[in-house]
Amino acid sequence: MSQFMINIIFVGLSFALYFGIAIWARAGSTSEFYVAGGGVHPVLNGMATGADWMSAASFISMAGILAAGGYATSSYLMGWTGGYVLLAMLLAPYLRKFGKFTVPAFIGDRFYSKTAALVAVVCLIIASTTYVIGQMTGAGVAFSRFLEVQNTTGLLIAAVVVFFYAVLGGMKGITYTQVAQYVVLIVAYTIPAVFISLQLTDNPIPAFGLFSNHTEAGVPLLTKLDQVVTDLGFTAYTADVPNKLNMVLFTLSLMIGTAGLPHVIIRFFTVPKVADARWSAGWALVFIALLYFTAPAVGAMARLNLIDTIYPQGVNEPAINYEQRPDWMKTWEDTGLIKYNDLNNDGRIQMYNDSGLGAAELALTNAQTEGGDVGAATTAVDTARTAHAAENDGKFADAGWAGNELDVNNDILVLANPEIANLPPWVIGLIAAGGLAAALSTAAGLLLAISSAISHDLIKGHINPNITDKGELMAARIAMGVAIVVATWLGINPPGFAAQVVALAFGIAGASLFPALMMGIFSKRINNHGAVAGMLTGLITTLVYIFVYKGWFFISGTANLPDTAEFWLFGISPLSFGAIGALLNFIVAFVVSMMTKAPPLEIQQLVESVRYPRGAGGAIDH
Amino acid sequence: MDHNTDPSGYWKANVRLIFGCLFVWALVSYGFGILFRPLLAGIAIGGTDLGFWFAQQGSIIFFIIIIFFYAWRMNQLDKKYGLDEE
Repeated sequence: MSQFMINIIFVGLSFALYFGIAIWARAGSTSEFYVAGGGVHPVLNGMATGADWMSAASFISMAGILAAGGYATSSYLMGWTGGYVLLAMLLAPYLRKFGKFTVPAFIGDRFYSKTAALVAVVCLIIASTTYVIGQMTGAGVAFSRFLEVQNTTGLLIAAVVVFFYAVLGGMKGITYTQVAQYVVLIVAYTIPAVFISLQLTDNPIPAFGLFSNHTEAGVPLLTKLDQVVTDLGFTAYTADVPNKLNMVLFTLSLMIGTAGLPHVIIRFFTVPKVADARWSAGWALVFIALLYFTAPAVGAMARLNLIDTIYPQGVNEPAINYEQRPDWMKTWEDTGLIKYNDLNNDGRIQMYNDSGLGAAELALTNAQTEGGDVGAATTAVDTARTAHAAENDGKFADAGWAGNELDVNNDILVLANPEIANLPPWVIGLIAAGGLAAALSTAAGLLLAISSAISHDLIKGHINPNITDKGELMAARIAMGVAIVVATWLGINPPGFAAQVVALAFGIAGASLFPALMMGIFSKRINNHGAVAGMLTGLITTLVYIFVYKGWFFISGTANLPDTAEFWLFGISPLSFGAIGALLNFIVAFVVSMMTKAPPLEIQQLVESVRYPRGAGGAIDH
Repeated sequence: MDHNTDPSGYWKANVRLIFGCLFVWALVSYGFGILFRPLLAGIAIGGTDLGFWFAQQGSIIFFIIIIFFYAWRMNQLDKKYGLDEE
């Protein structure tokens, strides 16, 4: 049977399962549509949260980021898990006790302000829309690679599948498909990792394999990896980072962003009790950790495998001949995610740290063919060539190497892993189904957060408060349908901000939503003016800091300063600024609240009531 | 069962517990994983040092333990103050 048929069977079976669940779990009321009727078992909700949380980025990109960055990228591992500790203790149980359907509903009620609710809706929509585009494009890539269809066709298939179960079942349909998708994605992620860990270290558990001996070399795997990457001129894999302040702030930004993302928070509205919300956060992290323990092993091992493929006789011997490259490289070259450019015309593939020479050469070629500043590009090439000649005692230049010749996109490591390690075809089919499960489950969760903000907070909350339950359910379904169409269109024509998920979604959720939610629960003194001023301060300072380095509204050429460490304020990267934005939010909210009138008595009683679990009841309507 | 009826005691106990948990949360991630990594450099583990292990695996294990510990302690507090749900 051909690989194509196997992929079709695996993806087809998983989709049939999702459709079956969609028909079984139809939503009959707004409560079912928004919070699955509030009757989801905490362990099942943990599993659904795992799939909701682990996106195309976690499944496809994270191991590649870790492989390329080594220790310095540990922030992603700690940040995307540590946020659940904050959720479990600072937000989830109290918001569950509050018992409304959406995140802006809490902010609006607690701060007795329609403006506050509106700011929250805007933050939610920006963060979730940025996030959902990445899922749609991720699904498109997976489809086009494994099912050999056009990227756009793949994206449209994905949209139809999500449309079917999200519009029909709302949160109820999404919850149970997410449970199934979790199982598919974790199996798909783990099986190739186990094989690869066995091949390299004889240890069947990848997380332990990472710290075991490399079987062939007889030294620890990480020692071997450090050795080969430094021989190729890269920073050692386990090397410490010079700027610890930035690493701390980046990790913190990811953590508070995780805790403040509405599509994650609303998952905890679906469990029956306050105590269940706490347990459920623990279970969610257990299920997430199953992938996050494996990811660093996948990253390190894939990097080693890739280097072994290019330098089969060791990194100090000649590299592989381009004509003898393995088949998987040919397949991925077709997608444009692997690029080879024989700079020194020796027919071999030199992959190493060339002090930016290869990139400078490419910029020069682009400037010559597509028009651009050829003079500046030529100067850049000359500078890079001098650096290249001097670096590593001229070892690379002496060997006749003229720059890095192989450009491998981080995103292919997980998808290509089974092929790199020569695993059987069914494992590749499984990876295809797993990647799609990760992208679709997160997309559905985000779309629900967006559509409920529109139908519940905007339509029911502002435009037509007297709408019937049936009317609101119809509005929610239409909002969901429109959100899917918009997300699909943005996935086909990704705007500049689509690549800025970490900066935009986590920055905004962390700097604006997280502090407002936390203060609403832990302080009785923060009032409407303080909350609005704080949220706007967090939102605006974070956006401005990002725009200064990445361009205003991400339009290229409009950045005021280059996005490199030497220009960052105190060495703080735009991706790490969310934590500072949150701090400013707290300070401004506190100062403004102290200067204005304390919240009315009934609001203070509301704060009291969310703090004590008894009498949670079901998630209720306004 | 003997219920403690002052609910403000419940909230204070919760906040104390949260501070304790957050201290451990920060210690295993920002502490051992990032800031104190040079101090742990002498403790070798599988080809690297303990700080690397905390940053890539250890912190996550502790995060899970912290959440379950918190959930368990809060259930005890709910019962003690008669605030547990039926």
